[in-house]
Amino acid sequence: MIESPLTRVLLRVATWLVLAFIYVPLAVIVLYSFNASRTLNWPIDELTLKWWGKAIDNPGVRDALWTSVKAGLGATLIALVLGTLASLAVSRYDFFGRNTISFLLLLPIALPGIVTGMALNATFNTAGITLGLFTVIVGHATFCIVLVYNNALARLRRTSRTFEEASSDLGADTWQTFRRVTLPQLASAMLAGCLLAFALSFDEVIVTTFTIGADQTLPIWILANLARPNQLPIVNVVAVAVIVLSVIPVWLATKLSAETTAPGTVAREVVEP
Amino acid sequence: MSTSTPGLPVPRRSVGRRLSAYLFRHRWLQLGGLLAGPIGWLAIAYLGSLVVLFLASFWRLDTFSGKVVHEYGLQNYEELVTNPVYRTITLRTVGMAAAVTVACAAIAFPIAYYMARLATPRVRRALIIAVLMPLWASYLVKVYAWQILFQEGGMIDWALSPIGLRSPFEISGTAEWKQYAALWITFVYLWLPYMILPIYAGLERIQPSLLEASSDLGGRAGTTFRRVVLPLVFPAVVAGSIFTFSLTLGDYIAPQLVSSTQFIGNVVYANVGVANNLPFAAAYATVPVLIMTIYLLGAKRAGAFEHV
Amino acid sequence: MSERKRRFGVWAALALLVAALAVIAAGCGGDDEGGGGTQIEGLGSTLDEIKEAAKTEGQVDLIAWAGYVEDGSTDPKVDWVTPFEEATGCQVNTKLGNTSDEMVTLMRTGNYDSVSASGDATLRLIAGGDVAPVNTDLTPNYADVFEGLKDQPHNSVDGQMYGVPHGRGANLLMWRTDIVDPAPDSWSVVFDPNSPYKGKVTAYDSPIYIADAALYLKATQPDLGIDNVYELDDAQFQAAVDLLKQQKAIVGKYWSLYTDEQKAFTSGDSVVGTTWQVIQNLLAAEKVATEVVLPKEGATGWSDTWMVSATSKHPNCTYLWMDHIISPTANAQVAEWFGEAPSNAKSCDETSDPNHCTTYHADDEEYFSQVAYWATPEADCGDDRGEVCKDYSEWVTAWTEIKG
Repeated sequence: MIESPLTRVLLRVATWLVLAFIYVPLAVIVLYSFNASRTLNWPIDELTLKWWGKAIDNPGVRDALWTSVKAGLGATLIALVLGTLASLAVSRYDFFGRNTISFLLLLPIALPGIVTGMALNATFNTAGITLGLFTVIVGHATFCIVLVYNNALARLRRTSRTFEEASSDLGADTWQTFRRVTLPQLASAMLAGCLLAFALSFDEVIVTTFTIGADQTLPIWILANLARPNQLPIVNVVAVAVIVLSVIPVWLATKLSAETTAPGTVAREVVEP
Repeated sequence: MSTSTPGLPVPRRSVGRRLSAYLFRHRWLQLGGLLAGPIGWLAIAYLGSLVVLFLASFWRLDTFSGKVVHEYGLQNYEELVTNPVYRTITLRTVGMAAAVTVACAAIAFPIAYYMARLATPRVRRALIIAVLMPLWASYLVKVYAWQILFQEGGMIDWALSPIGLRSPFEISGTAEWKQYAALWITFVYLWLPYMILPIYAGLERIQPSLLEASSDLGGRAGTTFRRVVLPLVFPAVVAGSIFTFSLTLGDYIAPQLVSSTQFIGNVVYANVGVANNLPFAAAYATVPVLIMTIYLLGAKRAGAFEHV
Repeated sequence: MSERKRRFGVWAALALLVAALAVIAAGCGGDDEGGGGTQIEGLGSTLDEIKEAAKTEGQVDLIAWAGYVEDGSTDPKVDWVTPFEEATGCQVNTKLGNTSDEMVTLMRTGNYDSVSASGDATLRLIAGGDVAPVNTDLTPNYADVFEGLKDQPHNSVDGQMYGVPHGRGANLLMWRTDIVDPAPDSWSVVFDPNSPYKGKVTAYDSPIYIADAALYLKATQPDLGIDNVYELDDAQFQAAVDLLKQQKAIVGKYWSLYTDEQKAFTSGDSVVGTTWQVIQNLLAAEKVATEVVLPKEGATGWSDTWMVSATSKHPNCTYLWMDHIISPTANAQVAEWFGEAPSNAKSCDETSDPNHCTTYHADDEEYFSQVAYWATPEADCGDDRGEVCKDYSEWVTAWTEIKG
């Protein structure tokens, strides 16, 4: 340990302060989901559970939630396939343009969402493709690929090639090697990447605004209803519900990438036997 | 040709095996097959779209019907360059993005350091979950929560009133710096997890033996930190900054909800989503694209791509 | 293949791909010039056919101003949508538009059936071929609409109606009665650079607000010669823009979402500014002390028309909706809720406040000659000045400059 005791105490205090900073606004949302008044008055006069009941009954929320789930699953699936393929290529082969691939895959997530959204919108309109769930999935998948790619790549860099070589020496063809040797080692990293991709797609609003047409995902529904006075408390309820429900996938993702962390992963120097 | 171990059956020469053997001999084909999907997708769905957008920036809007006319000209770029308001807005946005990035790095570092080096594995796991959870809370609702906090007579005013102070933040009004302050806090809040996690990962990557060696060579805590830890973790910080910078650069929702000022995103959105002037919006959108591309190239130089 | 050749091959392939996309992009588009004037597909030719066909359509997708399409979710007593849904079997889906610009953009996507367009959107939509002419024989309630709203420049072309009139009203001045004293009667309270309410003034966030500045100048600087506030030549336009830039120093927030203004007035972030009657109604319901007035310089306003999309997927339900919203009962309800003059003359007998029509000057054409309905600024001034006026795109650019 190189840190002095004072430093350690200060760091602990800093950690608590940052956690407080992170959770106070969330506490505000939880509080307002119980606020009886429709307006955002402060201080709050009365607490009630009625908004929770109304949220469950609201068909707009249910439809939007379902659309979000569909879009997330579609985008995650595509991102999974493409991201894994790209990571295999980059980690196991040496070719011209290898370094550019990381740059290229990062671009959709690094360039502002409004640019991506506008570009996709312009292209779809020019090509005459109707905006809807399909276009949303295309948009989301594009910036989700890099999340799976990074996780898979980090894992592949940590796993030795010798296993695959041994597998071919023992007579397995490419597919068998992939299925029996590579995939099991990759599985948890792929899953972690998928969880991240789903989370990102689920909460994305800017690219979605430009690619969704008349339909609604949950963030679009929230945006539309932040503007309606009577729906506002329901929005708070929905937000709280999403936060609470998200504990499960977050916990899962943490467990899976035990030595690696999101949103990116780092190839840890492992002392291999 | 395959050598078979005595006692084991010889594998059948199925289509799968033949294909696999062929690919093995033509490695470039195997590589091409792997890359075709991702690169094809990116090239067509993404780069192609960007090209279309770039082309659109040279078109113009028919003034009466409001339809886009597919004729090429530099009028949009001329407007961008000659009218000073766009420079002002760009500088404002870039300044805010830089301020947010610096603040995020400063705030994220202590907690990331604690997580990486001082926390027990159980506490570390709990902290990772604690930091990741807000990413799942809807971005919109988080911005909205800050609007509630900042509004006139809101919680911050209420919390400060016992000491007789007014909130230094505002979401509307004529003191623009107060709105910038409110927006700055909101952005820092929103993107903090994106900075904490890469820094944590970067710090975790530093092998303890390096730090021990440094102290063995006579370096005290401060020196080790400055000379060993910081240079090693710097690429991770840059990696996190890619997100904080880029997300702030293009955002238009937070400025709308938590301030009354215009940023690049607002102007672009007003032109494309409201005034239906796609060509002009596309032209102005090339500005953040250019800025981010330069930033990314710099980040790549700094080695950040290993840490994203 | 040598390294260099392979490298060249990869770059060449990529370049070819990008070039191909560029060619496609340049080639495509620039089509779809639907010059309106064609009958919509699938529309029945008699009322009975329409009613039958509507049952199979089952829904209608509307773009509307907030407060125009109430289904009881804002206030259970305010609902003229559910009776319509029950009678016709057409489920109503609404997307709120905050400004005319947004509505035009949304309508252009082709995903909606109808829009409640103000005068600054109608002509753009007609010229762009996004809306189809309306056969008013198939909307029987049209017969009872005030004559002053029929065959107007903003809702018809060469005697052919392009929609059914919804109602009309003015943009009013609102203030917090417990904060603003004395009660204002002039727009000067929002334009005065030394206003005591500096930082708490609000204005409508749309380029069309430039017309409000022009209206104020029309009364205070008559030598500018402003007559039509939407047709401003260079000098007049510059004066209006300068006034607005000066106003920016006292404006706290520009509002486009009506709930933003509602929140701002509730919390006190705004205390005086432009409003719609419906916002004041909502504030009154929440016990916030406000008042409205039509200032002495006059006001800008709107005369809205329900139009039908040229590519409507549910034309029959759309026609039934249009007929319903201008029927005496529904039109009276929306006019009272929103705070505007109804379009149907028979609605005056159906309003719960018997003086509603008098208050809102429903059949007072002289009054409405003082209200400058939102219209699309065009380069052609429409008078002897010629084509020197500023068109809408210049208004948009100026608006960005004004907000800074």
